[in-house]
Amino acid sequence: MAERSFPLPSRIEPVPGAEGWEQMYPYFSRFQPEDDQRFWFYNSMHFPEVVPAFDGITSEIPYTAIGANTARLFPLPTSMGIEYRILHGRVYITANPVLDEAEQGRRLPHFQERAGHYYANWDRLYGEWQQRIEALIADIEAVEVPQLGELDDLAVVMEARGVASNHFLRENFHRCIDLYSRMWHHHTEFLMLGYGAYVVFFEFCRNAFPEIGDQTVARMVAGMDVTMYRPDDELKKLAALAVELDLADLFVEGAEPPKVLAALAERGDPGARWLAAFERSKDPWFHVSTGDGFYHHHLSWADDLTVPFAALPRYVEQVRAGADLTRPTERLAEERERIAGEYRALLGSDEERAAFDQMLGLCRMVFPYIESHKFYCEHWFTTRFFQKIRAFGRLLADRGVLAEADDVFHLRHVEVEDALADVQLAWASGGTELGARHWQPVVAERKRILAALAGWSPPPALGPVPEALNDPAVKMLWGITDETIQTWLGDEELDEDVVRGYAASPGVVEGVARVLSGVNEIGRIREGEILVCPVTAPSWGPVFGKIAAAVSDIGGTMSHAAIVAREYGMPAVVGTGRATSRIRTGDRVRVDGDRGVVTVLR
Amino acid sequence: MTTTAPVLHVRDVGRDDVPRVGGKGASLGELLRAGIRVPTGFAVTTAAFARAVGHLALDGEPVAARVAALDPADAEGVAAATARVRDVVASAPLPADLADAIAAGYAALCDECGHPDLPVAVRSSATGEDSAEDSFAGLQDTYLWVRGGDAVVASVRRCWASLYSAESVTYRRRRGIPETDLRMAVVVQRMVDARSSGVMFTRSPVSGDRSVVAIDASWGLGSAVVGGDVTPDSFVVSKVTGEITRRTVATKTRWHRPDPSGSGVVEADVPEELRDRPSVSDAEIAELVATARRVEEHYGCPQDVEWAVAESDGAVHLLQSRPETTWAERDAQRTAAPVAVPSERAFDHVFALFGGKQPPARG
Repeated sequence: MAERSFPLPSRIEPVPGAEGWEQMYPYFSRFQPEDDQRFWFYNSMHFPEVVPAFDGITSEIPYTAIGANTARLFPLPTSMGIEYRILHGRVYITANPVLDEAEQGRRLPHFQERAGHYYANWDRLYGEWQQRIEALIADIEAVEVPQLGELDDLAVVMEARGVASNHFLRENFHRCIDLYSRMWHHHTEFLMLGYGAYVVFFEFCRNAFPEIGDQTVARMVAGMDVTMYRPDDELKKLAALAVELDLADLFVEGAEPPKVLAALAERGDPGARWLAAFERSKDPWFHVSTGDGFYHHHLSWADDLTVPFAALPRYVEQVRAGADLTRPTERLAEERERIAGEYRALLGSDEERAAFDQMLGLCRMVFPYIESHKFYCEHWFTTRFFQKIRAFGRLLADRGVLAEADDVFHLRHVEVEDALADVQLAWASGGTELGARHWQPVVAERKRILAALAGWSPPPALGPVPEALNDPAVKMLWGITDETIQTWLGDEELDEDVVRGYAASPGVVEGVARVLSGVNEIGRIREGEILVCPVTAPSWGPVFGKIAAAVSDIGGTMSHAAIVAREYGMPAVVGTGRATSRIRTGDRVRVDGDRGVVTVLR
Repeated sequence: MTTTAPVLHVRDVGRDDVPRVGGKGASLGELLRAGIRVPTGFAVTTAAFARAVGHLALDGEPVAARVAALDPADAEGVAAATARVRDVVASAPLPADLADAIAAGYAALCDECGHPDLPVAVRSSATGEDSAEDSFAGLQDTYLWVRGGDAVVASVRRCWASLYSAESVTYRRRRGIPETDLRMAVVVQRMVDARSSGVMFTRSPVSGDRSVVAIDASWGLGSAVVGGDVTPDSFVVSKVTGEITRRTVATKTRWHRPDPSGSGVVEADVPEELRDRPSVSDAEIAELVATARRVEEHYGCPQDVEWAVAESDGAVHLLQSRPETTWAERDAQRTAAPVAVPSERAFDHVFALFGGKQPPARG
C-alpha cells in the first residue's frame, strides 16, 4: 500500500490575489523545502482565521514561551517545543520530539527535579503567580503613549529628565511587546504540569470505567469559583439589578448598547445606580475577548458591548419570570463530591482507591490555574495589550503615517517600530513623516491579500502521515491523536452529511444551523438556532443562552466551550474538524451530544 | 414436607431456594422480598420434575442412562434419540396429584390476580450453577401468553422436555455433566402486557465497566430481544450521574406480540411509524437504571436482568435477575492487575505519563 500523505507544503497552490502574502510574516515562519519531510497540522483551535500581520505576534511569542517551558525549563523527556509555520495566513505547527532514548533518559531526572519542585509547592507558587500576573496587567495598563506637542512637556526640563518624549515612542511600544512576551511565559509556566495532572486522572478514569464520559470526569474535578464564569455571572447580576430597580423595560432584544446606556442615564437614581454597578462589573470582568485573545479584532466586551447587551434581555426576562440565575455553587459542590465518591466506591480495590485519591487530589490542586489562567492571560491582559497597540496606531494615524488607528494591525510589530522611528525623527527634525507614502500602500495591499486568503480552505494537515503521534504536549493541548489523523485522512470517504467530533455536552436536538466564520458575525444568531463555528470561545457564553446546540471545528471536551455548554445543559459537539465547511446556514441538522455526531438532514 | 412440595408460590421462596425452584424462581422470590415489582407467580419445583420425569424410560432403558450413553459428536444420533426422549417426557402419563397441584397453583394465581383466565408465562428455571446451561434454558424454554390450567400443565411439560433438546444434551455430554443429577424447575408467572421489553446488565457487557447500566430494549415482548429476532435499541447509562452516555436507536423491524386469539404469541413486523422510535423514554430508562441498581445492591454483585414496561400503566416490571457471569469469570481468572497503584507522591503519576525511559531509582 502506498504511504499515505497529506498535501506537501511545497505543493500547495498559490491563492489568486494573495501574491506576496509572505511579507506579512517573519522569515522564520515560512515553510522550508525540507519541511516537506515532516508532519504539520493546522492549529485551527487558536488560529481559526487568517492572521493579520501584527497578529503574527500571537503565534511567534506563545511558541517562544511554551517551547522554552517544555524544552528547557521543565525538560519533557520525549519532546522539545513546538515549531510553527505560516502558510497562506494560517498557522501550522509540529512538535519536535526527542527520539533518542539515551537523551530521554538524560532529560528525565531534570524534568522530575524541576517539575517536582513546582508540584510540591504548587499552592504557594500559584499564589505568587497570580500576584505576578496581576502586576503584569497593571504594568500593561500603565504604559503611556507619549503625547508629542509643539514643545515637549515642561516637566521634562524642570525635572531635568534629560530624555525627550519622542524617545518613549519606541521604548513604550517595545515595553508592550516585552510585557506580552512575559505574560506568555507566565501563561505557559504551569501549563503542561497542570494539564499533565488532568490527563493522568482522565486516563485512570477511562481505564477503570471504560464507558465514563469525559464530562463526568470533568465534573469530579471542576471547581466552583471558576474565573471564566465570572463575566457571565456579572451579566446575570446586572440583569437581576435591572429588574430590582424597575429598569427591565429598557432591555429589549435588538436594542443598541449606546441607546440603552443613554436611556438608563435618563432614569434618575435607579438608572445611575445600575450604571455604577455596570462600571464596577466592567473592570475587569468585561475584559473578556469575544475570541480567545489571538486576534486584535476579537474585541472584548468592554470594547464592544454588543455581546453582553445581546445576552441581557434574555437574562432580564428570566429574572422577571422568577428564575434564580445565580449558580448554585453549594449544590454543585455537593454533587461533585457525590459523583467522585460513588466512582471511588466502584473501584476494585483499596489500592486503586488510594491511587484515585492521589490523582483526583492533584487535579483539584491544579484546577484553579487551569480554569483561571485564560481569563488573566488571553482575556484580561491581552485585551489591555491590544488596546495599547491600538493607541499607538491612533498616534500613527494622528501623525498621518496611517490612514486609521486599526491599520497598525496590518504591520508586523518590527515594522511598527520602524514607523514609530519615522515619527520620532520627524518630530525631532521638524520635518514630515515619510510613512504615509510608504505604509499606506502596504496596508491597502495587505487588506486585499487578507480578503483573498480568507477564501482558502486550509488542509487539516500537511506532509507525511506520522507512524505514531504520541507527543504528550500535542495530545494534551490540541487533543490530536492517531485517531484524529485517521479521521482527517478518511474524511473524503465518510458520509457527506455526517460530521463527527467529541461529545462535549449531552443531549440530542434538531434545528436550523447558523454557520459563523468568525466572532464578528455573532450578532446574526437567532433564538433557537444551532451555532456552527470554527471555535467556540468561552466569552460566547451568554449567546449560548439563545442557541439550541453548539458545534465547532476545534476544541476538546475539556475546553471552556464544552464547560459552558454543559453549564447551559445544551448539546455540543466539538472538534469536528470540518463542520463549518460541511454545514450551511439554514441546513436542518441534528446534534447528538451523547455520541458526538452531527447529521445534516437533507 | 415442603422440600417435596410440587408447587411453591414465589412469595414463599428466596435466594437459597435455587435447588428447589431453580435460579429464575428463587430470583423472583428474592426480588419480591427486596421490594422490586415482579409479576406474581409460582414455581413447579424440582421435586415435581423428579417425580414426573425421574422414572421415565425409553425402550425399557432409563432415560438418564440412555442420554448419558450418547456421543456428542454424533449429531444425527443425538437428534434422533433426544426427539424420542422429549416425546416421552411431554406425553408419558403424569401422576394425577402432580397435574392437579399445577392446575391448582394456576387457579390460585387467577384468584390472586382477579382474572379467571389469567395469561401466564411458563419458563424453565434451571438449578445449575453453569451459566451457559442457564442461558440455554432461557433461550429455549419460554412459553408466553398461556391461558387455562391444561395449557399451563402442557407448557410445563414442554419445559421439562426441552431439557432434552439436542443442544442441551450435546452441551451436557461435552461437559461431562451427569444425567443423574439433572434437575429443573419451571416458573409460571403472570404475563406482563409488555409494550417494550429487554435485557439490562449492571455492568457493561462490552467493557466490563461497573459504573454503567447497559440496556437493550425493543417493542413488544422480551422474547424478540432475547431470541435475537430484532436489533434492539441500546443505551449505556452512568449509574452515578444517570447520564445516557451512549444511545443507539436501532431500526426495529420485528416484534413478538400476544396472539389476537388471546393465547400464544405471534411474531410480526413492527409498524412503520414505531420502527425508528426509541422503544423506551428517558424517564423509563431512568427508572430501569434505578431498579437495576437496587437489585444489584440487594445481591451485592452485578446482575443480568430481564424487564418489561407494561402497556397498560407504563410501569417497569422485572421478570428475572441473575448474577452476571461473563465478566465475573474473567475477573476471577485475571491475576487482578489494578488500574493504578498509589505512588510515593501524587505527582509521580504525572512523571509516568510524560514517559521517556524511567531512570533507576535514585538512592
